Amino acid sequence: MAAASPDFRRRMTRRQWEGRAFHGLCLLAVAVALAMLVLLLVYLARQGLTRVSWEFITSFPSRDPDQAGIKAALLGSIYVVAIAAVVAFTLGVSAAIYLEEYAVRNWRSRIIQVNITNLAGVPSIVYGILGLEIFVRTLGLGRSVLAGGLTMALLVLPIIIIAAQEAIRAVPPSLREGAYALGATRWQAIWHLVLPQAMPGILTGVILAVSRALGETAPLIVMGALTFVPFAPDGPLSRFTVLPIQIFNWTSRPQAGFHEAAAAGIIVLLALLLTMNAAAIVLRNKFQRRPEG
Amino acid sequence: MARDTRSLRTSITAKALSLLPRHWKRLLWERLIRLTLAAAAVVSVLTTVGIVSVLLFEAVLFFQEVSILEFLTGTRWTPLFASQHFGILPLITATIITSAGAMLVALPLGLLSAIYLSEYAPDPVRRGLKPVLEVLAGIPTVVYGYFALLFVTPLLRQISPNVSVFNGLSASIVMGIMILPMVSSLSEDAMRAVPRSLREGAYALGSTKLEVSTRVVIPAALSGIAAAFILAISRAVGETMIVAIAAGQNPTFTLNPFVPIETMTAYIVQVSMGDTPTGTLEFKTIFAVGLTLFLLTLMMNLLSQYVVRRFREEYE
Repeated sequence: MAAASPDFRRRMTRRQWEGRAFHGLCLLAVAVALAMLVLLLVYLARQGLTRVSWEFITSFPSRDPDQAGIKAALLGSIYVVAIAAVVAFTLGVSAAIYLEEYAVRNWRSRIIQVNITNLAGVPSIVYGILGLEIFVRTLGLGRSVLAGGLTMALLVLPIIIIAAQEAIRAVPPSLREGAYALGATRWQAIWHLVLPQAMPGILTGVILAVSRALGETAPLIVMGALTFVPFAPDGPLSRFTVLPIQIFNWTSRPQAGFHEAAAAGIIVLLALLLTMNAAAIVLRNKFQRRPEG
Repeated sequence: MARDTRSLRTSITAKALSLLPRHWKRLLWERLIRLTLAAAAVVSVLTTVGIVSVLLFEAVLFFQEVSILEFLTGTRWTPLFASQHFGILPLITATIITSAGAMLVALPLGLLSAIYLSEYAPDPVRRGLKPVLEVLAGIPTVVYGYFALLFVTPLLRQISPNVSVFNGLSASIVMGIMILPMVSSLSEDAMRAVPRSLREGAYALGSTKLEVSTRVVIPAALSGIAAAFILAISRAVGETMIVAIAAGQNPTFTLNPFVPIETMTAYIVQVSMGDTPTGTLEFKTIFAVGLTLFLLTLMMNLLSQYVVRRFREEYE
């Protein structure tokens, strides 16, 4: 080291300083991202926390910002998300089982796979156009919660299929082989061994899909959900609104009172999403701790 | 005891007798299940077919009344006014402003965050940070719209009086924050897939961490990083609520980020919220715009997949 030339040492010091500066820059980028998150949450809390109350959750919207509540929107969201979850879960898990356990690797299964990947990248508003044409107009469901739920089901279907495929692929083949050796049919092996093993992973995907459906606004606007709904949905063909649309509507109004109501609505929405994501994380941890088969 | 044995024997005989039809029944059952599952897989293909045919069908009707040339090259978009013009360019420029602006935010911040997570952060820090950053991606876009219109825009207006209440700048900054985790997560995955031996080789030659990150890891992970960027642009182009709330509803042919503009997605929302009757030429515009949007994002998604496949560096 003593032999290092002064020139080398000078350049070494410079490179080390550059390295430290770059490290600082990277840290700064992460800090900016985190700061934005904190800023967003603090701003929302300051705007809306005082408006969140039991009354806010159980009141219908009103022309008076201080009276306005989210009952209709919350119930509408629950209806839409429940329909979407049931339909997308059934279709998505079935499709994933077919692709992973039955389909032969040929051009047909490859087309289905490429198609699913690309569907996941289609802008959500395009699903709204699809829902409007197919469910609302062609199938004559009208601008109902059922049409909204089915539109959302198609939107989240790729998410569930991809998650379920990964979960099924992670089940060790030895389990299936053991079942086959005991004389089980393919479906018996899937139903009794593969699915129970894959279920935590599948459910994680379902929860992610549901939180996506809960936060989506654009497709339901295009599909024709209402913005002012002073009634609770009373059946699958009832007209409806959802929480994000209610928030959008209040945000677009000029009065500060409605902006506070929008912030309060956002807090309720984020609380719901947080609960679901916490559930997903708990499930994922349970899933990851599972001993290798 | 004897009775038990006998009853056991008869039940075995009964089973043996019924084995053949049961076997058939089971085979049939298996067939049926297989078919049902395949039908579910076909639904995803039908969704694509549905999207393409709905958009094409209505867009063809639209283009029977409006020339494609006017649609693609016109600089005035006024389908809802008395003097109708159907030039989509104002919607395109608006989409370019907001997406490019979003990328200017998300690209450097996302890439630097990814480098930090992949190369610098100790493992527990990385495992804690990544999900927190991903929270940003999980926040509904309507929430970002609210934040853009009511927090970021007033702030920008304090800095410069030239900024309008509705503007592309505020929407693109907030959209950049929204897609940042997508850039950072996907880029980080690509960087972590670069084998350790490459880094160790560079360190053995006396490189600093900066040199290893920028001259070894990033070039090796470039296909994954590029794919992440393209996906992020596609996401920004298709993003709706932030621009519908914060960027305005004025289809102006401009690249000025301070004035109200209208993106393709915001236009579709505007028509859907209004009382334009379905079936009219005005209403059919949303299918033509939707088709343009769908094709643009599809091309970018395919390009992203192609980049990953074609330019992946394999180290095996």
